[in-house]
Amino acid sequence: MTRWLPHPLVAASLLGLWLLLVESLSPGSILLGAALAVAGSRALAALTPPTARLRRFSTVPGLLLDVAVEVVRSNNAVARIILGAAGTRIRQSGFAFIPLDMHSPYGLAALACILTATPGTVVVDYDAAGNVMLLHVLDLVDEETWVRIVKDKWEQRLMDIFE
Amino acid sequence: MTHAADLPLWIALPVALLLLLGAALALTGAIGLLRLGSFYERVHAPTLASTLGIGCVLLASMLFFSVLGSRLVLHEVLIAAFVVLTTPVTLMLLTRAALHRDRREGSEEVPPATASHVERK
Repeated sequence: MTRWLPHPLVAASLLGLWLLLVESLSPGSILLGAALAVAGSRALAALTPPTARLRRFSTVPGLLLDVAVEVVRSNNAVARIILGAAGTRIRQSGFAFIPLDMHSPYGLAALACILTATPGTVVVDYDAAGNVMLLHVLDLVDEETWVRIVKDKWEQRLMDIFE
Repeated sequence: MTHAADLPLWIALPVALLLLLGAALALTGAIGLLRLGSFYERVHAPTLASTLGIGCVLLASMLFFSVLGSRLVLHEVLIAAFVVLTTPVTLMLLTRAALHRDRREGSEEVPPATASHVERK
């Protein structure tokens, strides 16, 4: 924003983080937290990260809720696979190439974190030239299904937020 | 933990259930680490402990200390945020390292580096 406070959102998050950490709202801790927040945001500015523009911030809570639901659902699915309760069907794990339309580095990072944090899928590789993500899926029924899941469920909404 | 006996039953039950569920998920993840076949399959198992497993334990901890200390304990929110942000990065580093090594060795198990054959829709 300005030279004095380059990343107001980051600074506010850092201040919130500090206040949570010390669990106090006394003037002293707010002052110390604010000093740390300003220092932290200026340190970030010195690293010159690519600019991020958050559009449609209102969809973020809904997205986070969906991530939480998906995490619970796939925890159940993966636990069943591990404990051998998934039925007699032969399970096959494998790789899936996901062609992406999103180019925003923050959107891609968020997508990678969501997919990897969800049990059962891990982002293995990303090819920036072709904009293709390589995914390893524990229960790979069919590559096309996973392309649709990633694109429709997550990529579209992240593009709404980050691009 | 010295005042654990003072905990009313209606709060002790959910705390105990959440702790057991979290521990069971961590155990399942550990079993998966042993049972699953390849490296790429095994990397999925610990995510059970690092997502819902740690979530249950942290929720139990929040309930327990919030009721006993009669104030809201929010440190667990920070722990959850840091775990959620750092675990995927670790996992991605591990799998990328494994993929790099497998490709160098010319393993048949992993797909090639060039994704040019992927058709765009």
